[in-house]
Amino acid sequence: MVKPLASAEELVSLRDRVLKELAERGNKTQVKVHLGTCGISSGANKVLSAFLREVAARGLSNVLVLKAACIGLCGREPVVTVVHPGDGKVVYSDLTEDMVPRIVEQHLVRGDAVREWAVDPDAPLLKLQEIRVMRNQDLDPMNIEEYISRDGYQALAKVLFDMKPEEVLEEVKKSGLRGRGGAGFPTATKWGFVRSAPGDEKYIVCNGDEGDPGAYMNRAVLEGNPHSVIEGMAIGAFAIGNVRQGYAYVRAEYPLAIETLSHAIAQAREHGLLGENILGSSFNFSLDIFPGAGAFVCGEETALLGSIEGRRGNPRQRPPFPANKGLFGKPTTINNVETWSDIPSIILRGADWFASVGTQQSKGTKTLCLVGKVNNTGLFEVPLGTSLRTIVFDIGGGIPEGKKFKGVQIGGPSGGCIPAKHVDTPVDYEAVTALGAIMGSGGLIVMDEDSCMVDVAKFFLGFTQDESCGKCTPCRAGIPKMLETLTKVSRGRGTMEDLDLLADLGEMMTSLSLCGLGQTAANPVLTTVRHFREEYEAHIIDKRCPAGVCRSLVAWHALEDRCLPCLEAVAGYEAGGYESLKAVLPELVPERLAEGIRASGCALDLARFSLIVPARNKSCTKCPPCRLGTAQMVRILDDIAAGNGSPEMLDQLVELSETMMLASECPVGKTAPEVVLFTLGHFRDHYEAHLLEGRCPSGTCGGALAYHTTCPLRTGMLVQSR
Amino acid sequence: MEKTEVQVPLREEVGTGYAGRVFRRIQTVIDDTGGQSGALVRVLQQAQGLVGYLPSPVLKTISRDLSIPLSEVYGIVSFYHFFTIVPRGKHVIQVCLGTSCYVKGGEKLLGVLKKTYGLEPGGITPDRKFSLETVRCLGCCGLSPVVAIGDDVYRKVRPSDMPDILSSYR
Repeated sequence: MVKPLASAEELVSLRDRVLKELAERGNKTQVKVHLGTCGISSGANKVLSAFLREVAARGLSNVLVLKAACIGLCGREPVVTVVHPGDGKVVYSDLTEDMVPRIVEQHLVRGDAVREWAVDPDAPLLKLQEIRVMRNQDLDPMNIEEYISRDGYQALAKVLFDMKPEEVLEEVKKSGLRGRGGAGFPTATKWGFVRSAPGDEKYIVCNGDEGDPGAYMNRAVLEGNPHSVIEGMAIGAFAIGNVRQGYAYVRAEYPLAIETLSHAIAQAREHGLLGENILGSSFNFSLDIFPGAGAFVCGEETALLGSIEGRRGNPRQRPPFPANKGLFGKPTTINNVETWSDIPSIILRGADWFASVGTQQSKGTKTLCLVGKVNNTGLFEVPLGTSLRTIVFDIGGGIPEGKKFKGVQIGGPSGGCIPAKHVDTPVDYEAVTALGAIMGSGGLIVMDEDSCMVDVAKFFLGFTQDESCGKCTPCRAGIPKMLETLTKVSRGRGTMEDLDLLADLGEMMTSLSLCGLGQTAANPVLTTVRHFREEYEAHIIDKRCPAGVCRSLVAWHALEDRCLPCLEAVAGYEAGGYESLKAVLPELVPERLAEGIRASGCALDLARFSLIVPARNKSCTKCPPCRLGTAQMVRILDDIAAGNGSPEMLDQLVELSETMMLASECPVGKTAPEVVLFTLGHFRDHYEAHLLEGRCPSGTCGGALAYHTTCPLRTGMLVQSR
Repeated sequence: MEKTEVQVPLREEVGTGYAGRVFRRIQTVIDDTGGQSGALVRVLQQAQGLVGYLPSPVLKTISRDLSIPLSEVYGIVSFYHFFTIVPRGKHVIQVCLGTSCYVKGGEKLLGVLKKTYGLEPGGITPDRKFSLETVRCLGCCGLSPVVAIGDDVYRKVRPSDMPDILSSYR
């Protein structure tokens, strides 16, 4: 049992003792295995035990294998940091168990880092970040002493003994800190409201119901730096006054975060940093965790309060605002995890230090989750006002596979899409809002040319439809109507009036909904219509999906990772022989093709059918060689079959085929002309009979579009696509 | 039509069998909260942790002991995704369909589960080994697409990986 710390001096002496212990540890080589949820799912525990095993087997007494929190290189887990005394630190990424012996042998024993597995310390990925909130990610989050060694809880001691609540409030105000969870409301103002609200019982709440898909910075902070949140809340409680109880609402999907935070709270209580008479002062503050139960709308503050009170998480009418009538009807302030986590360093290092980075209106740093179609996915911390270009291309390392950058969805389902042409926009509250998006919690989802904006908007609306609590009509009825309209567009049945309807509905929902969920639900649609109008028009006017995503406008098979060249033509002529052919797909089998032609009698008819499939159903319509090429070839073949052909058409066919084979993007387009070329090579006499003698040698071609087929696949496809 | 009424045992009458022990533990949870106003969600969470799901007798017991109308309890249970009133499998498969996982093909994983195991979201295998749920973001977006089975999270899952992953739970 630890003796609770009874004064600020005892906290200092504990810090000094821990620092001394750590200094001794500093003479040894430290291997820090980063164990966040991402790391563990990537096998970091195996890497940890491999290190322990290897180090023990070699009897390396000067090596310490330690646990640490996630440092944000989520896409490259498991990550291990090796700190060699006097030699700086080396970060290894993408480790497996098998790589451990070599690192132990080469780096730990011989002191020679394995460079090819290490992350380049000069990489912009690491260089361009400004680590503040995530400053303690290399510590063991389960150990309060390590946090104390980094001046942890010194800010709390400072406010308790050297500052008045008004001074704390003034310092936070001076720092310009704004809420990190969504709208960016100034934190000090929010606290001020609650402080001046009448009542001798007030509450503070930490909003850890991080529901935006694509954002997980709160999870990382709770898993990696839980004490900074606890300390921040205690300072907030002191500044606001009359607060004896705080709640941390953490979503149920984050079991490790709940475990880490519970552990941290228990440790803080043991050390006399939470509870009665904190650090021997007369200040009392308790903190409890409230695990959420999986409802996105509970991230909205009034819904969250309802949930803590044990009710359905329905938002309620404001005013009265939670600052006057919040949890259990008492004045309450609710801040995001990251906001609380920012507080201790503002107090300790001063408002000026905090405000030294950022822009005029947006001070400090922000953690951003960079995910989607980008090379370096992960959690990065940058000063507010850093441009999207720096974030996506320098830190994120650009788009994989050389694809084209299309835009960034920022702020989750409440945010919006910023297109590539605004890539130099600084990421701060004002600039992002000006483009119709919101900062939200800071999730950035990168889209490339393969992402369809209609589909993205549809996805987010589907999400908000599921998550709408159903209390107010604009949201409950508006979202399904918008979704219905978008679905129509994505199926190629939209009209230009639908775009106006979407704008009207969006405006109605934004101005009339009860809570933030409904007020922002239309944002993804409104911003995509605004910035990617041409893509909507392609769906409506040309009936095609430029990115090749919307199922109804795209061949079904392109979505299933396999590409069939149009050989079911042969199968069709073989009447049910498709099954046997499937085994040899996708190679073209000349013998079977010839067999098919002999069975049907006319090579031209077969060639025509082989194209009609890609032209009508299979081409995803994304790339012009395939989209236009197949259509043009079918037209020519129709002419020839109907007796309206001319000999030059054969050259045109060869030319078109070559273009398609060279310039098409995927095997559908590249293989579509194969049957035509094959028949032109081997059965030219069939073509010539049509062209020169005006007859079909087998009497198959009665007229245009009289295709003979019983191919089961083709019939199936026709059903699927309509 | 005959009406079937689920019998909820009185406190004194809870048996000593397995079901009885579970009921007793749920009642301990209820007593521990001391009738706090925020108790309901917590009690439901812990009851689901004990039983695996929230069958009707459990809901009725909670409703009676916390003096909250059953309709209100049901309102809470149906509101939060975390609660379920149908049995779950021994292993709960959660396929993430958050934005990042969706963009990177999370839906294809559902396709495999349906094709190979006949599992639909909300469904369960006949042997009750696995049940399937979809979730909106597990917060591992850097590793998408992500599947969680119980407490284990699998990263960058390809459709072809699914059989191997599931077979390790057989």
